[in-house]
Amino acid sequence: MHIDLTKNEIEFQAEVRQFFAKNYPEDIRRKQNEGIPLSRADFIRWQKILNAQGWFAVNWPREYGGTGWTPVQKYLFAQEMAAIDAPRVVAFGVNMVGPIIYTYGTDEQKQKFLPDILSSAVWWCQGYSEPGSGSDLASLKTKADRDGDVYIVNGTKTWTTLGQHADWIFCLVRTSSDVARRQEGISFLLIDMESPGVTVRPIITIEGGHEVNEIHFQNVRVPVKNLVGEEGKGWTYGKVLLQHERTNIAGVAISQYRINRLKEKASESVHGGRPLIDDRNFARKVAQTEIELKALEYTELRTLASVAVGNAPGPESSLLKIRGTEIQQALDALMMEAAGYYALPYIPAQYDLDFPIEDRIGHGKETNTSLQYFNNRKASIYGGSNEIQKNIIAKHVLGL
Amino acid sequence: MDFSLTEEQEMLRDSIARFIDTDYNFETRQEIAAKKSGFSSEMWQMFAELGWTAVLFSEEDGGFDGGPIELMLMMEQFGRGLVVEPFLANIVLAGGVLRRSANPIQKSAWLKPLIEGNLHAALAFAEPQSRYDIHNVSTTAKSKGSDFVINGRKTMVLNGGVADILIIPARTSGKNVDEKGISLFAVPADANGVKISSYPTIDALQAAEIELIDVTISSDSVLGLPDLGFSVLSEVIDEATLAISAEAVGIMQTMHDKTVEYSKNRSQFGVPIGTFQALQHRMVDTMTDCEQTRSLMYWCVMRNAAKSPNARQTINALKYQVGTAGILVAREAVQLHGGMGVTWELDIAHYFKRITAIDLTFGNADYHLDKFIDPQ
Repeated sequence: MHIDLTKNEIEFQAEVRQFFAKNYPEDIRRKQNEGIPLSRADFIRWQKILNAQGWFAVNWPREYGGTGWTPVQKYLFAQEMAAIDAPRVVAFGVNMVGPIIYTYGTDEQKQKFLPDILSSAVWWCQGYSEPGSGSDLASLKTKADRDGDVYIVNGTKTWTTLGQHADWIFCLVRTSSDVARRQEGISFLLIDMESPGVTVRPIITIEGGHEVNEIHFQNVRVPVKNLVGEEGKGWTYGKVLLQHERTNIAGVAISQYRINRLKEKASESVHGGRPLIDDRNFARKVAQTEIELKALEYTELRTLASVAVGNAPGPESSLLKIRGTEIQQALDALMMEAAGYYALPYIPAQYDLDFPIEDRIGHGKETNTSLQYFNNRKASIYGGSNEIQKNIIAKHVLGL
Repeated sequence: MDFSLTEEQEMLRDSIARFIDTDYNFETRQEIAAKKSGFSSEMWQMFAELGWTAVLFSEEDGGFDGGPIELMLMMEQFGRGLVVEPFLANIVLAGGVLRRSANPIQKSAWLKPLIEGNLHAALAFAEPQSRYDIHNVSTTAKSKGSDFVINGRKTMVLNGGVADILIIPARTSGKNVDEKGISLFAVPADANGVKISSYPTIDALQAAEIELIDVTISSDSVLGLPDLGFSVLSEVIDEATLAISAEAVGIMQTMHDKTVEYSKNRSQFGVPIGTFQALQHRMVDTMTDCEQTRSLMYWCVMRNAAKSPNARQTINALKYQVGTAGILVAREAVQLHGGMGVTWELDIAHYFKRITAIDLTFGNADYHLDKFIDPQ
C-alpha cells in the first residue's frame, strides 16, 4: 500500500501536461473560464485535437484505437484535463455507444461506426428516457416493428442531451411485448437522425439554455442491420452502459478544480471588502466538501484498482454517482454564496465571447455562476436519479 | 499507487481477525469488561506472545518495524472485536513516547518489559483545563538539585489505574499554553505524592484522575530533551488519533453489516423490515459513509507512511470524518435495530458507546475540522 507514482507514471503526467500547455485552444479556454457554453464546432475541434494524439478514446482497448491505459494513467489524465479546465468530451459516442458496439456489435457495425466516433465525424446522442418512462425506464413504449429487413419505429424520446447537434441516436426500443419480463422485449437500435420521420423539438431548461430535446419518431424505417447484438437483449446492454456512465459522471477531478477555484475566489477582496473565506462558517462548509471529495477520489481509485484486476465496474459505481453529484451541487451552491449579489444578474447576451468584457455587469465572471447552479440540478436526476441508484445498491450490493 | 497489502501485512490482519472470530466473541468481551481490572491479563500476555505488542517498534528495540499501515490493520480489527485490552494506552501512547525519546537505559527499564507484556504504562495527555490542546500544560516540574519536583493534575489517563509507569508532561519553562517548555517525565506510579483515582469509562475502558503533589524524581527520568517534549507528544497523539480512527472504521463497518443482516431477519407487518425503501436508502447511506471513511483512511495512512508534508492534515480530515459519518452510521444502526438497539444485552449498544468515546478523544469532529482549515 503506497501513494507514490512510478517513474513511468510521472513521465506520463509530464507528457500530458506539456501537450495540454501547447495544444489547448485559447478561445475554448476563455469560454470555459468565463462560463460561456461551447458550440458544436468547439467540442469537435477539441476532440479532434485529443484524437490526433491518440488520447480521445481513453477507455477503449488498443485494438479499436483506444489508449489501453492503466487505471492510474486514466486518473492522471482526468486530473490534468481538469487542471486546465478543459471541456469534457461528449460522452455519447466515445464513452457510451462505442463500448457497446465493440463489445456486442457485428464486424460490419464496428467498421462502419467506430472510426467515425474516433474522428468525431459523427455526433451521437442517447434515446433512453421517454415522457412516460423516467425512473421506470423498462416501461418504455417506443416501438420497433419488424417489416422485412427494416424496423418501423414509432414513439418519443426525451431529455436527449445535445440531440440538436446529433447525426445518429442509439435507442432502447420495444421489439416485442409478448415476453415474460418487460425487459426482455427491449432492443438496442442505432438510428440515423436524417431518416424521414425524425423530428427534434428543443426543451429549454431552468437556466434558460437549450441543452436537451424531445425527439419524435413517426414511421421511421431503420435497417435491421442497425440492431446491436440480439433482439430482446437491449436492456442488458443498456445496463452495462449505464454503469460506465455512472462512473464517469462522478466528476471527481473537475470538482477538485472547482474547489480550488472557489477557494481562490473566496480569498479575493472585492473592492476592499472582507474576503468571504475569513467567515468561519463558509470556510467550514468548503472544508467539509473538500474532505468528502478527497474521500470520493480514493473511493474512485479503489474502484479503478478493482477494475484493473479484472472486476467489471459493478453496482458500486452507483455510489460514485450519488456522492459525486452531491459534491458537485454543494460546490454549485458555495459558488453562488461566494458570488453574493453578483449571482443575480441574468443577462444572456453576456454569455458570449464577443461581448466586451468591460461592459459586463459583475465582478469577474460571477454572472455565469447561476447558470451552472440551476443547470446542474439535473445531476442528481439524470443517469438514473440518485434515489434509483440507492435502489440499485440496496438490491445488488446489500442484497435487500 | 497501490492499495494491496504485503504478505506479512495480510498475515497480521488475518491472525487478529481469526483471534476476534474464535477467541474474542461478544460474550467473552463482556465477561472481560465486567472484571474489576477491565481487561484480561491472560489475553494481554497472549497479545505479547503473538508479537502484536511488538509490531510498531524498531527491530533494534525488539519489534518488527511496523508503521501506519500495520497500525491501521490492527486497530481496525480491535474495533471490530471491541477489544478492551490496553493496546492504545500501552503501545501507541506510552510506547510511542518511549520509542521516540527514551535513552537505551530507559528503554531497557521500561520499553522492553512493555513489549513483553510485563509492564503497564500510561501517558497523561490531558489536564482538567486543557480540553484537546495538548500544549495546554499547567502541571509544573521545578528543578531542585539533580531532581525535579512535580505538581499538578492529570485527567482521563487511560490505563492509569494499573500502570507501573506514568508518562507525565510537565512544564519546565514557559507559560501554560506555550509549546516550548514542556518536558516528559517517567514517574513510577508508586512514587510518593502520586494519587491515582481510577474509574471505568462509558466504553468499558479504564482511566484515572491523577494528582501529583510534590512528587520528587531524579533527572534520569526525563524522556528526551527537556523543554522540547511537545513535538514528541504531538507526534504520538497524531498517531493515536489515526489509531482510534482506524478502530472506528472497524466499528462502523461492523455496525453497518450487522444492521443489514438484522433487517433481513427481523419481520414486521409480515415482511422483513429490509424490504422497506425508507430503511433501504438509509442503509445505502451508511454503506456509502463506511466506504468513504475507509477511502479517507487509506489516503491518510499512505500519506503518513510516506511522511508527506500534509500528513497531519490527513489525520485531521479522517478524525473529522469519523466524528461525523462514523457517528451517523452508529446512530442509524441503533435506530434500525429498534428497541433492541438500546439494550445492554446487544453488542450494537457497546459499539455505539465506543465510537461515541472515540469522537470525544484527541479532538472531536469540529476541533479537527478547524485544524484541517488552518494546518500548523
